[in-house]
Amino acid sequence: MEIVALQVLNSLFYAAVLFLIAAGLSLIFGVMGIVNMAHGMFYALGAYVTAWSVGVAGSALPPAALFIFLLLGAMAVALVGLVIEPTLIRPFYRRPEEYQLLVTFGLLLVLEDVIRLIWGGTPITASGLVDSLGLVRIGGLPYPIYNMLMIGVGVIAAAAIWAFVYRTKFGVLLRATAQDRRMAAALGIDIGRIYILAFGLGCFMAGLAGAIVVPTQAAVLGMGVEVLVISFVVVVIGGLGSLEGALVGALIVSALRTITIQFWEEIELAALYLIAAIVLLIRPTGLFGKKA
Amino acid sequence: MSRRGLGGVAAVLALLLVFPFFAGTYQTQLLMYGLTLAIAALGFNLLLGYTGLLSFGHSAFLGTGAYTVALMMRYLGVSSLELFILGGVICSAALAALLGVVCVRHTRIFFAILTLALSQVLWTLAYKFFWITGGTDGLRVPFSQLTLLGGLVSFPGADAFAKFITYYYYYVLVVFCACTALMWLIVHSPFGKTLQAIRDNETRARFLGVRIWRYRWLAFVVSGIFTGLAGILWVPLNGLVTPDVLYWPQSGKIVFFAVLGGFRNFAGPIVGAVIFNYLEVYAVAVTQYWQITLGLVLIALVTFLPAGIVGSAVRLGGRLKKKGSEQFP
Amino acid sequence: MSLLRTEKLKKHFGETRAVDGVDFTVNEGEFLSLVGTNGAGKTTLVNLISAFLLPDSGRIFIGDRDITHASVDERIHSGIARSFQLVNLFDDLSVLDNVALSIFAREGKTKRIFALADRDAAVAQEASGLLEQFGIGGKAQAAARDLAQGERKLLDVAIAYALRPKLLFLDEPTSGVSTRDKAQIMDTVSSVVRGGGITAVVIEHDMDVVFKYSDRVVVMHEGRFLADGPPEEIRRNSDVAKYLLGTDV
Repeated sequence: MEIVALQVLNSLFYAAVLFLIAAGLSLIFGVMGIVNMAHGMFYALGAYVTAWSVGVAGSALPPAALFIFLLLGAMAVALVGLVIEPTLIRPFYRRPEEYQLLVTFGLLLVLEDVIRLIWGGTPITASGLVDSLGLVRIGGLPYPIYNMLMIGVGVIAAAAIWAFVYRTKFGVLLRATAQDRRMAAALGIDIGRIYILAFGLGCFMAGLAGAIVVPTQAAVLGMGVEVLVISFVVVVIGGLGSLEGALVGALIVSALRTITIQFWEEIELAALYLIAAIVLLIRPTGLFGKKA
Repeated sequence: MSRRGLGGVAAVLALLLVFPFFAGTYQTQLLMYGLTLAIAALGFNLLLGYTGLLSFGHSAFLGTGAYTVALMMRYLGVSSLELFILGGVICSAALAALLGVVCVRHTRIFFAILTLALSQVLWTLAYKFFWITGGTDGLRVPFSQLTLLGGLVSFPGADAFAKFITYYYYYVLVVFCACTALMWLIVHSPFGKTLQAIRDNETRARFLGVRIWRYRWLAFVVSGIFTGLAGILWVPLNGLVTPDVLYWPQSGKIVFFAVLGGFRNFAGPIVGAVIFNYLEVYAVAVTQYWQITLGLVLIALVTFLPAGIVGSAVRLGGRLKKKGSEQFP
Repeated sequence: MSLLRTEKLKKHFGETRAVDGVDFTVNEGEFLSLVGTNGAGKTTLVNLISAFLLPDSGRIFIGDRDITHASVDERIHSGIARSFQLVNLFDDLSVLDNVALSIFAREGKTKRIFALADRDAAVAQEASGLLEQFGIGGKAQAAARDLAQGERKLLDVAIAYALRPKLLFLDEPTSGVSTRDKAQIMDTVSSVVRGGGITAVVIEHDMDVVFKYSDRVVVMHEGRFLADGPPEEIRRNSDVAKYLLGTDV
C-alpha cells in the first residue's frame, strides 16, 4: 500500500513538470499561434543552468538556497526566450507555417549543440539539492522531501499561472490577443510587447520544469527532444492552447507513464503514443482544446 | 520538360555512368551515399514541396528500411537484395499506412510534431528491445553476405570490396534513376496536381469534392516507400544499422537536404542531398559542432534563401533571361 | 420538384440569429440573387447549404435527397458548387491548371498516378475553352497569383463552374473590383452560366447588378426572408425599401 502511495507521489511530481512544459507550449500557441519546436530545449537549458549553478555553489547548501537555483535556471531560460522572440520568431509570423516550423527546428539543432559546447557530453547532476533536504517517512518507506516540495511548487505554479491569465490586467490583454490579434491591435494593445512577454513566460515555465527535475534526474543531452515528445502527448490529450488541458493532461500522462513503467518498461513511449493516437482519432482537439 | 532540361539530365546521367572509372573506390562510395540520400529526399519532398506537409520523422522510414534488411539477413538468412527490397518496401509501406492514419488528419503543425514523436517512439523501441535489434551495438549487414540480381552477383573473397562498390554503384544508380523518373511522373500526374492544390488551398480543394485526408495519406505512404527504399540501399553501404538511423537528427538532415536544395522544385532535394553528403564528410573533419552549423545554416536558408540553391538558381536564370531578352528584343 | 429546398433552417451564433427558420426553394434554370444588408444571413445560408457550417436545426434537400448531414464532398457530388467572396485559388498553379483540376475532380481522375496531367487532351481542351468563355484565356499559363483582381474573381467562378454543378452559388462575384470591372464581370458570368443552363444563386450587394441580371430576387433581413419575387416586384416592395433604405436602393 505504501508503495502505491510512493508511486502516486512520483506521478504527481512528474505531472508538475509536464504541466509546466505543456502549459508553456499551450500559452505560446494560444497567444501567438506558433508551436516552438525548440520548446523542449528550453526545458533542457533550465536543467543544465540549475545543475551547473548547484555544482558551482558547492556543498554549503542551506535548504533555503534551493529556490534560488530553481529561479536562476528559469530566469536564464526566460532571458534567452526574450532575446530569441524578436530576433528569430517575429520575422516569421507572416510567413507560411512551414517556415516557422523550420526556423524553430533550426533553433532546436543550435541549442542542442550550444548545450554540448558549454557543458560537454557528460551528464550533470544536482542531487546534492535533494540530499540536503532529507527524507520523510510514508508508512515506513522513505521519500525525498524535495519531491513533495516540488509537487507543492507545481500546485502553486498552476494557481499562479491561472491567476495571472484570468485575474490580472495583463492576463486580460493576453487573452484578448489570443482571441483576436487584429482586434487587440486595433484597440491599441501593443502586440509586440504581449508576444515577447508571452514567449518569455512560456520559456520561463519550460525552464522552471527543467530546473525542478534536474535534482532528481541528471541533465543529459537529448533530454530536450525526449521531453517534447512526452509533453506532446499531454497536449494531445488535454488540448492545445488550454491551461486546464495542460493540467489534466499532465496528470493523466504522468499516471499512465508510472503505470506502464511498472508493468512493461520498454513500451512506455509506445503505449503513451498508442493512447495519444486513440485520442486523436476519437477527439482530435483533446479534452479542453480549441476547435481549429 | 524543355529540350535544354532534357539535355542537362542526359549530361548528368552520362557523368554518373562513367563516374566509377575515373573517380576511384572511395569517391564512388561517397557518391553512392549521396544517391541513396537523394532517394530519401525525393520521398520526403513529395510531402513538403508538393503536399505542404513538413515531416520531422522521416528517419522512421529510413530506419525501417535499414532494420528490415538487417533483421531479414540475421534471422531469416536472406541475402538477395531483391528480397530485401521487397521486404523493406512492404514494411515501410505498412508503417507509413499505419502512421499516416494518425498523422494526416490534423493541422500541419500537429503533423510536424506527430511525425517527430512517432519516429522517436520507434527509436526507443529499437534500442530497448536490444535482444532483437542488437541495441546500441546494432546489427551488421556485411556486403560479403549480399547478392545482387537474384544471386548472379556476389562478393566473396579478398578483393571483394572494390568489386562490391563498382557493382553496387550501378545497381543503386539504376534504382535512383527509376525512382527519380517515377517521382517525376507522380508529381506531374493528376494525383500530383491534386496534392499541390491541397497544398495551395485546402478549402478550395475540399470544395471540389476532394477528400483531403485521403490524398495526404496516399502521399504519406508513397513518401514512406521511397524513403524506406533509401534506407534499404543505404544499409549494405554502411555495413551496420544502429538506432542512430532512427534518431531525430537523421530526420533533421533529410529536412535540411530539401531546404538546402529548395523544396519548391523537383531537383532541389536531390541536389541538396548530394551536396550535403559532401559537406558533411568534409565539415565533420573540421568541426565537431556539426549540429550547430546545420541549425544556423538552416535558419539562414529559411531567412535569406527560402528557394534553396536550385530554386534560387532557377530564379536567377529566369531573371537573367528576361534581362537578356529586354536588351535584345 | 425543386432543385434545392430548405426547411426551417436555423443557425444561431449565441445571441445572433444568423439564419432563423428559412424555407428556401430554388427551381431548375433560375438565376436568382440573394440580397440583404450586412449580417442579414446571406453568407451563412450559403455556408449552411454548401456544408461550410452545420445547421442547428432544419433540413436541406437536393431534389429528393436529404443532404442536411452530408459532408462537403458528398454535397459537391450531389451537384452543389460555390465560389468565394474572398477569392480562393490555387495560387502556385497555373490558371489553366486551376480549372483543369476542377475538371479532373469532376471526372474522378484525381487519383490517377500513372498519367501526365498535361497530356490529358480532353481536359486541357475543355479547360482552355472555359477560360476563353470567361475571358481569361490569354492568361492560361500564368500563375494564378499573378492575375489582376477582376481576373481572379472570374477564375474563382470558373473553377466552380467547371464542376458543371446542378446548383452554383456565387458569393459576391463582383465585390472588391472597380465599378467598371463589375459590369464586365457580371456580363461574363451571367452569359456563361445562363448559356450553360446552370441554376445559380448569387449573393450580391450592388442592387444595380441585382436588378439588371436576375430573374428572381430574394431579400433577407435578420436571418429571415423579407421578400421573394421578380425584380420589379421587389423594387416596389415598401418593406424592402424601408430596411434597405439608405444603403443600396
